[in-house]
Amino acid sequence: MKPFVKHQGLVVPLDRANVDTDAIIPKQFLKSIKRTGFGPNLFDEWRYLDHGEPGMDNSKRPLNPDFVLNRPRYRGASILLARENFGCGSSREHAPWALEDYGFRVLIAPSFADIFYNNCFKNGLLPIVLPAEVVDRLFKETEAHEGYRLTVDLAAQTVTTPSGEAIPFEVDAERKHRLLNGLDDIGITLQHVDKIKAYEARRKNETPWLFV
Amino acid sequence: MSARTLYDKLWDAHVVHVEPDGTTLLYIDRHLVHEVTSPQAFEGLKLNGRKVWRVASVLATPDHNVPTTDRDKGIADPVSRIQVETLDANCREFGLTEFAMNDRRQGIVHVIGPEEGFTQPGMTLVCGDSHTSTHGAFAALAFGIGTSEVEHVLATQCLWQKKSKAMLVKVEGTLGHGITGKDIVLAVIGKIGTAGGTGYAIEFGGSAIRALSMEGRMSICNMAIEAGARAGMVAVDDKTIEYLRGRPYAPQGEMWDRAVAYWRTLVSDVDAKFDAVVELKAEEIKPQVTWGTSPEMVVPIDGRVPDPAEAPNAVKRADWERALQYMDLKPHTPISDIAVDKVFIGSCTNSRIEDLRAAASVAKGRKVAANVKLAMVVPGSGLVKAQAEAEGLDQIFKAAGFEWREPGCSMCLAMNADRLEPGERCASTSNRNFEGRQGQGGRTHLVSPAMAAAAAVFGHFVDVRQLS
Repeated sequence: MKPFVKHQGLVVPLDRANVDTDAIIPKQFLKSIKRTGFGPNLFDEWRYLDHGEPGMDNSKRPLNPDFVLNRPRYRGASILLARENFGCGSSREHAPWALEDYGFRVLIAPSFADIFYNNCFKNGLLPIVLPAEVVDRLFKETEAHEGYRLTVDLAAQTVTTPSGEAIPFEVDAERKHRLLNGLDDIGITLQHVDKIKAYEARRKNETPWLFV
Repeated sequence: MSARTLYDKLWDAHVVHVEPDGTTLLYIDRHLVHEVTSPQAFEGLKLNGRKVWRVASVLATPDHNVPTTDRDKGIADPVSRIQVETLDANCREFGLTEFAMNDRRQGIVHVIGPEEGFTQPGMTLVCGDSHTSTHGAFAALAFGIGTSEVEHVLATQCLWQKKSKAMLVKVEGTLGHGITGKDIVLAVIGKIGTAGGTGYAIEFGGSAIRALSMEGRMSICNMAIEAGARAGMVAVDDKTIEYLRGRPYAPQGEMWDRAVAYWRTLVSDVDAKFDAVVELKAEEIKPQVTWGTSPEMVVPIDGRVPDPAEAPNAVKRADWERALQYMDLKPHTPISDIAVDKVFIGSCTNSRIEDLRAAASVAKGRKVAANVKLAMVVPGSGLVKAQAEAEGLDQIFKAAGFEWREPGCSMCLAMNADRLEPGERCASTSNRNFEGRQGQGGRTHLVSPAMAAAAAVFGHFVDVRQLS
């Protein structure tokens, strides 16, 4: 996994609550058996004026000029500012894959859906929860100032605004450690093989019907 | 030991290792696999030369992409076909049990797990699908995971987890005639919101839950995720045990007795403390209908489409306005005035035998209304389909003008050929009414099976309590 240490980037505000994973990456693109290439279909139904299907040349499709990601001032954005319950709905990891493939490294919202939040960390994408009023202020600042950028420092657990204000955020120590170092979960788990085997041996004795 | 919740008991029994910050390596007993969220996981195993840790813990079936008609002709969409064939090939290569598309036991993962007795109390069970919460109806700790975690479980039989908080949703009293588990869970989501359960594992309890069948409990736990909770669960009782008796994967003989003795302990202790408690009175729950693009946008059948001017805050107001525009609805419209174009009875929420019986009891002797272009019934599994046919339900549906289909996820998420066209309005027994969920531009109203059947025969929403 790609490590995440520090990132400075352009912010794009997506001013909708309850953005679900069907909106982030519609179901027709879930038919892919690959892990990459979802970026051009991120927010497909909002981003394009036509109906998207796998295999289309997305560079030739009509863009929806009203959708925030298509506005020239937000081109190249790598920090997504969102509202509450971002990523609700299905467990599809295609959602963080699409966000990451598009170029996002950081998501900031008052809350995220649990499965989506968890999936982000497996893909080098940092979801940051900030209080609703702080997020609200960041929305106003982003919209007011073209080229608004934030600096995110995972080690220090801060989001720094252009004025130099450092906003602290919380993240689990273990998640932070793994993301900072780009560690592979399976690799870490396999260091505990003896414990897994000991657990299985004990449970085979206590609850043998689970092991037939 | 201090009093523990059911969730505490399930969690404690599966701890392999704990990191200093509480991050826990949790052992996973059962793993359901389908074609959409697994190809990249198997690819990861192959790239790293890893094997499946415990082959017998896995049961696979294709469900999202499978056609519900003309199955003998195979899958027409080449992209869908490749995904299903990839699952077949991966199961062969890794030696996993798969109910392939033409196996009579094939069906929606969340229907076949319990049906086969593969889902049992006291287990941890995962699947790369958010509706895995369904299996919690059996007092199992069951939750959806992403593809990286699918690979992780295949490779290690474990997952890294942080323990959630515990919420009790208590529904006391007696449900009115025609009110189902689906109405309960929609009412709960309407009350606490789609993020109300975020960070929690929800236990559903109270006399109204205990009075429900296993099917009703599954419908409720299924939609725990729509309330924001990864896991929903119900304590073990006689119904849980009787449901499992004699099922193919259930323990047998002396092992059955030992298992049952353990299962009986899987209830929250009387003095157990929950981090949050939500209470509903069963008598107050009416048939529910969603009006918007989030499951929390729900009102009773005798209600009206709400007015954004009355929204509790600015974010919600904007949300409601967008939803009304997408749904092409006006504030204050009575729900019973809303006409539908299509009706879908199926999905992991409501495609079990009891659901089909309820829908058939409404359809019996009636006809699908002229304004309804398509009313379809998609059983949750091949075995549900066979049982329904043995009971003659298929004949009732067909006589009324419903289409009787092959099992799968179908129009719940429209990954196969079953979908809404732009602007079409659907009464659906599924779980999500998101924009485009059932087809781009499609408009979804979530309801119970009886309410969906009633909408099909009357052409608009009606109160099932008023039907004979």
